[in-house]
Amino acid sequence: MSFSKQSVCIDRTDFSALFDALKERGYKIVGPTLRKNAIVFDEIDSVDDLPEGIGDEQEAGQYRLVKRDDAALFGYNQGPQSCKKFLFPEKSKVWTAEKTHEGYDIVEEDHDADAPCAFLGARPCDIRAVEIQDNVFIHNDYMDVGYTTRRKKSLIIVVNCGQSAHTCFCVSMDGSPKAESGYDIALTEVIKNGAHYFVAEIGSDEGADILKDVPSTPAEESHIEAAQATVDNAKDQERAIDMDGMKEYMTQSLHSPIWDEIEERCMACANCTLVCPTCFCSKVEETTDLTGNIAERWRSWDSCFTRDFSYMHGGSSHISIGSRYRQWITHKLSHWIDQFGEAGCVGCGRCIAWCPVGIDITEEARKVAERKKGEVA
Amino acid sequence: MTVAKKDIKKINVEDQKDPMVPLPFVVVDSWEEYPGCNTIVVKPADERGECVFKPGQFHMIHTFGVGEVPISNCSDESDTDSLTFTIMDVGEVSAALCNLKKDDQIGLRGPYGSAWPLEKAKGKDVVIVSGGLGLPPVRPIIYHILKNRDAYGKLTLIHGARTPSHLVYTDELKEWDERDDMECIVTVDDAYGYEWDGNLGLVTEYIKGLSLDPKNTLGITCGPEIMMKFAVAALQEHGLTSDDVYVSMERNMKCAIGHCGRCQYAPYFVCKDGPVFPFSGVERLFAIKEV
Repeated sequence: MSFSKQSVCIDRTDFSALFDALKERGYKIVGPTLRKNAIVFDEIDSVDDLPEGIGDEQEAGQYRLVKRDDAALFGYNQGPQSCKKFLFPEKSKVWTAEKTHEGYDIVEEDHDADAPCAFLGARPCDIRAVEIQDNVFIHNDYMDVGYTTRRKKSLIIVVNCGQSAHTCFCVSMDGSPKAESGYDIALTEVIKNGAHYFVAEIGSDEGADILKDVPSTPAEESHIEAAQATVDNAKDQERAIDMDGMKEYMTQSLHSPIWDEIEERCMACANCTLVCPTCFCSKVEETTDLTGNIAERWRSWDSCFTRDFSYMHGGSSHISIGSRYRQWITHKLSHWIDQFGEAGCVGCGRCIAWCPVGIDITEEARKVAERKKGEVA
Repeated sequence: MTVAKKDIKKINVEDQKDPMVPLPFVVVDSWEEYPGCNTIVVKPADERGECVFKPGQFHMIHTFGVGEVPISNCSDESDTDSLTFTIMDVGEVSAALCNLKKDDQIGLRGPYGSAWPLEKAKGKDVVIVSGGLGLPPVRPIIYHILKNRDAYGKLTLIHGARTPSHLVYTDELKEWDERDDMECIVTVDDAYGYEWDGNLGLVTEYIKGLSLDPKNTLGITCGPEIMMKFAVAALQEHGLTSDDVYVSMERNMKCAIGHCGRCQYAPYFVCKDGPVFPFSGVERLFAIKEV
């Protein structure tokens, strides 16, 4: 959790040089920006696109923007979107097929066509979510060529958290408001005694090269202390999941009245899976043009909360909404561990804030665990 | 499990084949098993395609402009010239597959998934219980055992269908019935209105009637989940353990390579951990609804 002694200090007035350095290297800059009363993660052009002086307040089923009393560029917690939007896009073409005299030929996608993304303002939990998706799409029996191409080219500039939202619980999920690894550059924004600067840590050669083009001074003891105080401020979180024994509590609770009770509240809207930075389920659909000579296969996000998700001939496996919620939460907190060696939740809290009825994964996990403990006692 | 980003930078993506791209195959023969159920035989359209699979595995079959579905391999694995699939028309893609004619082109990806435990079955008696379209996925086992007859003990097939008109491979069922190196019991749930002098009733009744050596028998079952559940129970009544019975699971599947998440079945992905499971691996889940 401590800051590297090799950290440098970038003054707020020099911050736009980072944008120039990224553009010079051909990166498409993706970062936080204000749109329709939310801070979204999208392509940005300059430091002016960042949500200066804007924060957010989040609670179960609530997300509100607030004016901060300072001019922080990254003074919000996290918006609904994450790196997933770019590495595993909501919709992407799998391939194109063209009819021939004998049959049809398949034209593969050029996954390398897009400019590399520089994620400016990814949160530490977002990096962990990317690494969790890496285990699905890269370090698996088969490699997703498109995902791997985009991931390989991308650059991560993480901005450590200066506060936690009411919905955050990364600490209990083995995470931290300060990124430990997985970044090219890590920034901590400090506003103190009239000064406004970023303490930057280097995570890769590419990160070091980029920082050469950004005016900076070696970080002094006082800068590092201030940065440490900033991330320490985010460590106290209101929510938590006690993961001790959770994997077993979940698998032992597949048959439980808890899911019937959830069914009364959950609307199966799928918001939680769409905002979740690790959810990776998809569907594939085939379309043809009007001539019928060109067919395209498209992959798009899907959700285990839809009835269609588990449809086979004869009906869906998950008919009740309770069974769909069970599928989701047991996957995140238990079955993911069987499949990939770690939980599928990073504690970003997005699913809590963006649930229209405020269903809280930390609360539901606690109920499952307490019920199981009660049965044993 | 998490891998440092620097390792991802080293991956040579250019050399990776896109596992979602099917290879072209041509239909060389097709026939109707019964209305709404067809069998197709396909061969590679070019040098890239291969006709290899292990009994129990499946391929993703693509038809132009319609889509892709997982279908079990049902031919003799030692035939490396062609692949055979039996398809029931239950949706858009399977309907298109049932309409395929000679020389039509399809796309194939695979084979995928786990296989029936033929090694473990060596030296043992094998009881196969199939229901409806559960017969095609187990047919390669029958071919394998009959070709390697000395390596296995007694072979019994109990096959059930809804009605006599829902039977696939009728000529073969007759042929197997006439052989003296295997027992073949075919039964239908309902024969009302048919000329049928064969067995009536559920497969479980006929499992009960078998005389099995539980210490030296391997059970294999494939069919609707509810049928497998009771078939396994009937085999367990003979003294077979959950480790000695294998089932083949089915779930919605879009990719077959563990990426789409659709076939997640508690701790498993049916596409890569299944479709064939020892019953001991899924027994707990069979007792729970809507998993």
